[in-house]
Amino acid sequence: MNNQDNLLTIAMPKGRIFEEAVELLRKAELPLPPEFEESRRLIIDVPEAGLRFMLAKPVDVPTYVEYGTADLGVVGKDVLVEEERDVYELLDLEISRCHMAVAGLPDWKPTHTPRVATKYPRLASRYFREQGHQVEVIKLNGSIELAPLIGLADRIVDIVSTGRTLRENGLVELEYIMPITSRLIANRVSYRMKSQQVDHICQRFSSVIGKGETE
Amino acid sequence: MPKPLGFEKPLGMRDILPDLLSRQRYIENQLRHCIEKWGYQEIMTPTLEYYDTVGGASATLDDKLFKLLDRQGKTVVLRPDVTAPIARVVSSLLKEEPFPIRLYYHANVFRTQEKEAGRNAEFYQTGVELIGEQDVTADAEVIALAVQSLKEAGVEKFKIAVGHMGFLYGLFEEIVQDEDSREDLIRFLEEHNYVGYRERISELPLTDVDRRRLFVVSSLRGGAEKLQDALELTTNGRARKAVRNLQELIEALSAYDVMDFVIFDLNLVSNLDYYTGIVFEGYAEDLGFPVCSGGRYDSLLGKFGRPAPATGFALKMDRLTQASSLTPRQESKKRVLILFTRDNRAEAIREACRLRNEAPDMIVTTQLIGEIETKETPLSEDRFDQVIRLDGGGQS
Repeated sequence: MNNQDNLLTIAMPKGRIFEEAVELLRKAELPLPPEFEESRRLIIDVPEAGLRFMLAKPVDVPTYVEYGTADLGVVGKDVLVEEERDVYELLDLEISRCHMAVAGLPDWKPTHTPRVATKYPRLASRYFREQGHQVEVIKLNGSIELAPLIGLADRIVDIVSTGRTLRENGLVELEYIMPITSRLIANRVSYRMKSQQVDHICQRFSSVIGKGETE
Repeated sequence: MPKPLGFEKPLGMRDILPDLLSRQRYIENQLRHCIEKWGYQEIMTPTLEYYDTVGGASATLDDKLFKLLDRQGKTVVLRPDVTAPIARVVSSLLKEEPFPIRLYYHANVFRTQEKEAGRNAEFYQTGVELIGEQDVTADAEVIALAVQSLKEAGVEKFKIAVGHMGFLYGLFEEIVQDEDSREDLIRFLEEHNYVGYRERISELPLTDVDRRRLFVVSSLRGGAEKLQDALELTTNGRARKAVRNLQELIEALSAYDVMDFVIFDLNLVSNLDYYTGIVFEGYAEDLGFPVCSGGRYDSLLGKFGRPAPATGFALKMDRLTQASSLTPRQESKKRVLILFTRDNRAEAIREACRLRNEAPDMIVTTQLIGEIETKETPLSEDRFDQVIRLDGGGQS
């Protein structure tokens, strides 16, 4: 928050979500410089648009926003649910659409000691608890599909977009948990102290999401 | 779990070292002066309370309570706030005391933290409670006092967002027939999940007009003009009463000349089972977390057997210390160090006592040094304005 120009800081995850969000902002006619996406800098100021972009690891975006080092953030619902940060969820940007699913080998059958590998332990254990199932949730940080192949777990919980990674590893989707899209989030203080700037960005975004859900 | 290292503290517990503490105490004193000027009296309540009484009545979620067992096997909690203990006192020891009762406190409160190891589980709060006043005049008084407190604490730029629990309840009552759906909507707003709120509305069997009315709620934040928008949105008695209540609040706050610090936000929903009317939160610029929160809680006192309306707020001292621009006034006191050898001890002590008595603005420290005259002393001499050596070699 300590910038003198009074720029509104937006934390963005590196990678696909960033590109899609920038595309959305361009559609909303915010003056973003060309080659903006190619920059390798972690902090990019765009004074013309009154914005400062901060590039972060996706799971860290809600943290920056909760602590107020970023006023706004763009983050997947998956991360939002898993991290349980105290932030305002303002808009569904309807980008980076995918869903959370349970997957396993095609011949999967219930076992006596069910084990589920996932990057989302909180979300996964809540889901199974709500289903009334008891499972052991194993937290992994990547290559989740490996777990059923080598017998670490009999199922996984992960995001599925095209299903290609699952197919290529011989896994199938077993249960659909929830849809996932990217969300615009805000710090609870910025939401009020910088309400005009925040509302402006919200309006720009919602004008191109095409649902017109914010007033 | 390995045995803790010798210097470790339980999760979330923190030492406050002299530099920070003197800053915190200074701000505390500013607040104390300010709040006492408004006729509030200080009260202290115990650190431990019964889980069944204060624990259950508190606004703090059950899983955030520190629970332990006392010697009788009863569950006790480390107080998660001071409002519930004050309600207990007002209903018991002070039950003959006529209303209104104005009390303030300065105390540490405890809430467990799971997420970050570094997050505090013990907080210092300064707060006020105005008990026994139903009228909006009381709400205005505590909001104005919150503004004054933040000013006195050296917070330069801040806003107080004010909302009203009755508005949303009333509006939802009018539009949404099904009670569960109403609760869902409130819950989404409490969780700050506007996306979920709108999705839920889209699923409900409503006319487009009603749906729009519910969508519009999220834009009801800003100046006094938003209250007019809110009024036009509903015919529900409860909701309109809430807005009228806020409009009257403006009158009183204008007299206090604090409207520049106030914004309205009818989405502000906190602690559903606790707050019953006007609610507010204070935000300082460049600080990601609120510095104060408060509101009307008319059903708490009843839980302790003396039903009464009440309102109040708590300032979060750790946030306040961060947001404050105050630095403790440069000490006008003169710091004197008396260094002495064992042979001169009696003389040194007498001299120190004399100086402390005679010169009230002097801080006198005495320190034994070795027999041989050394340049090195256990205390750094440059922290003192004057150093007196009683080592047989005369004053330096």
